[in-house]
Amino acid sequence: MAVSTRPPSSSATPVPPRRERRRGHANEVKLPLRARLRRDKGVLVMCVPMLLLLGIFAYVPMLGNVVAFQDYSPFVGIRNSPFVGLANFERVFADPGFWNALANTLAITGFQIVFYFPVPIVLALLLNSVLSARVRVVVQSVVYLPHFFSWVLVVSVFQQLLGGAGLLNQALRAAGHQGVSIVTDPDVFLFLVTSQTVWKDAGWGIIVFLAALAAVDPALYEAAAMDGADRWRRLWHITLPALKSVIILLLILRLGDALTVGFEQLILQRDAVGADVAEVLDTFVYYRGVRDGNWSYAAAAGLVKGVVSLLLVLGANKVAHLFGEAGVYSRR
Amino acid sequence: MTTIDRTARERVERASRPGRRRHPARPAWDEEPSVAGKTAKAVTLVVICLAVVLPLYTILLTSLSTQAAITRAGGLVLVPGELTLDAYRQVLAGGIVTRAVLVSVGITTVGTALSMVVSVLGAYGLSRSGSLGHRAILFTVLITMFFGAGIIPTYLLVSSLNLINSYWSLILPTAVSAFNVLLLRSAFMNLDQQILDSARIDGAGDWRILTRIVLPMTKAVTSVIALFYAVGYWNAFFQATLYINDSDKQPLQVVLRAMVLQGQTVPGQVEVGAGQVSSLAIQMAVVVIAIVPVLLVYPWVQKHFTSGVLIGAVKG
Repeated sequence: MAVSTRPPSSSATPVPPRRERRRGHANEVKLPLRARLRRDKGVLVMCVPMLLLLGIFAYVPMLGNVVAFQDYSPFVGIRNSPFVGLANFERVFADPGFWNALANTLAITGFQIVFYFPVPIVLALLLNSVLSARVRVVVQSVVYLPHFFSWVLVVSVFQQLLGGAGLLNQALRAAGHQGVSIVTDPDVFLFLVTSQTVWKDAGWGIIVFLAALAAVDPALYEAAAMDGADRWRRLWHITLPALKSVIILLLILRLGDALTVGFEQLILQRDAVGADVAEVLDTFVYYRGVRDGNWSYAAAAGLVKGVVSLLLVLGANKVAHLFGEAGVYSRR
Repeated sequence: MTTIDRTARERVERASRPGRRRHPARPAWDEEPSVAGKTAKAVTLVVICLAVVLPLYTILLTSLSTQAAITRAGGLVLVPGELTLDAYRQVLAGGIVTRAVLVSVGITTVGTALSMVVSVLGAYGLSRSGSLGHRAILFTVLITMFFGAGIIPTYLLVSSLNLINSYWSLILPTAVSAFNVLLLRSAFMNLDQQILDSARIDGAGDWRILTRIVLPMTKAVTSVIALFYAVGYWNAFFQATLYINDSDKQPLQVVLRAMVLQGQTVPGQVEVGAGQVSSLAIQMAVVVIAIVPVLLVYPWVQKHFTSGVLIGAVKG
């Protein structure tokens, strides 16, 4: 879910009352089904390819989770594999490897909330204070760019810079020091993963905050300045309150996504650092299932993750509504 | 500066020390920051930009350097020495990297086209909130954003459809992104509905309205969404490791991983160039080849980011 690209509704332009204008006659008199069908035939047909693809590749696998309750074997197929009830789940919950993966996932999420989450906010404030439009555009173009690089590329870049034969160690050896091996050291893995995320996505993350900042009425700043508020007081009393709703929303969404951390990012580095620190829930499922062939067992672990994630997102959305925010979705 | 009245101008002159020019965009009420503050800000911005640009620069330079220059630098090259295109010549002379580039280009082109057709149609189909079945279809799309089926069932499905080792396994499962469909839909719904209504009264059908009015009016958003899809296909790595076992069919990201992260050499290539082309230069050339398409498209779409993403902000 690329939720981070979604600015809050509060910063957006007011929605025109289009519901009243659009096809007003439909609201006045409820047309009979056949008339509605004739009227909406065109748009219904247009939805068919999308519904077909989603049906096959999103909904059929949802049903395929039934293997989590079976002793699935690829040779006999889903239809003939015996059902075993909750046995797979019992095994998953008794597996220290699962709890290790869960702990690592939560550690990475927690670390990123502390060390990644504030970076785009600070960056947006900094950029917003730059007066020259040309400088702003150049900096934005540069910092958005890494978001569009693949994880293979980002991990490669980091390896070339910080790895055993990388630029950092070149410089250290040239200065007569011993080399350090950052990319294989389990102790600094959390820092490594977080700095990769910052390099790749912190720049892109500012787009939401810049939009919120652009929506602030400049007259507020002027009035505050006339009343003698210096730039720090203006930041504290005008800018930060303007960002508050976005910050709360994104924070809640990140918490709702707590069990999902960069899958490709971790699978690329798991072997270099070791499963003790780099195994997360997604990689756990992949290695147990696709690599080891424990299909039912891995599907059970994956289903646990999916269901808990769903509950977390729904809960986060509820909390967002409680804070008076629009949340991820609203009933419309 | 013509609008500044006398008192404001006095404020300005009092605030700024003689000899220092105020930025024309700075409002009259805003006090001039200290020299130290300004310097710190400039240095921070330069450091941030260098953090992005410098790694790319040294990778590009290394890919263009001769064996001798790389040996002298002891690894990645920071100061330009003797330059050569040998690494690119060798990598692109046929063989695994060339084939991987072709595979990735093909998947990205076909995938983006398919994704855009399906998503634009679906988004337009969902853009009329009173239409028949509208809520049910919208709900069907939304659910896929909140509950992913998981790796194992998806893999079992793809293999039971006999798509293992087929390029379609890299396209079809990710062809529709609910998030992108909803962004497009918001953009379509934000258009002035009176224009669409008058076209409808003039006898234009949905297909005509979509292609002649809606798409030309939402170029910014559609180009951003197309970039999202294209980048997704170009960068996809995990799907290929899951579904493609045939080494002849691997896309570029998988080859990039094998060569740079796992240090595998390219069979049949190192022998040819042994002694002339550094293996590091070859690795970095593959990295550059993986970046270049993104860099080529990026400037054309980049200016639409804010408007494209912002239009999606108004949820409907």
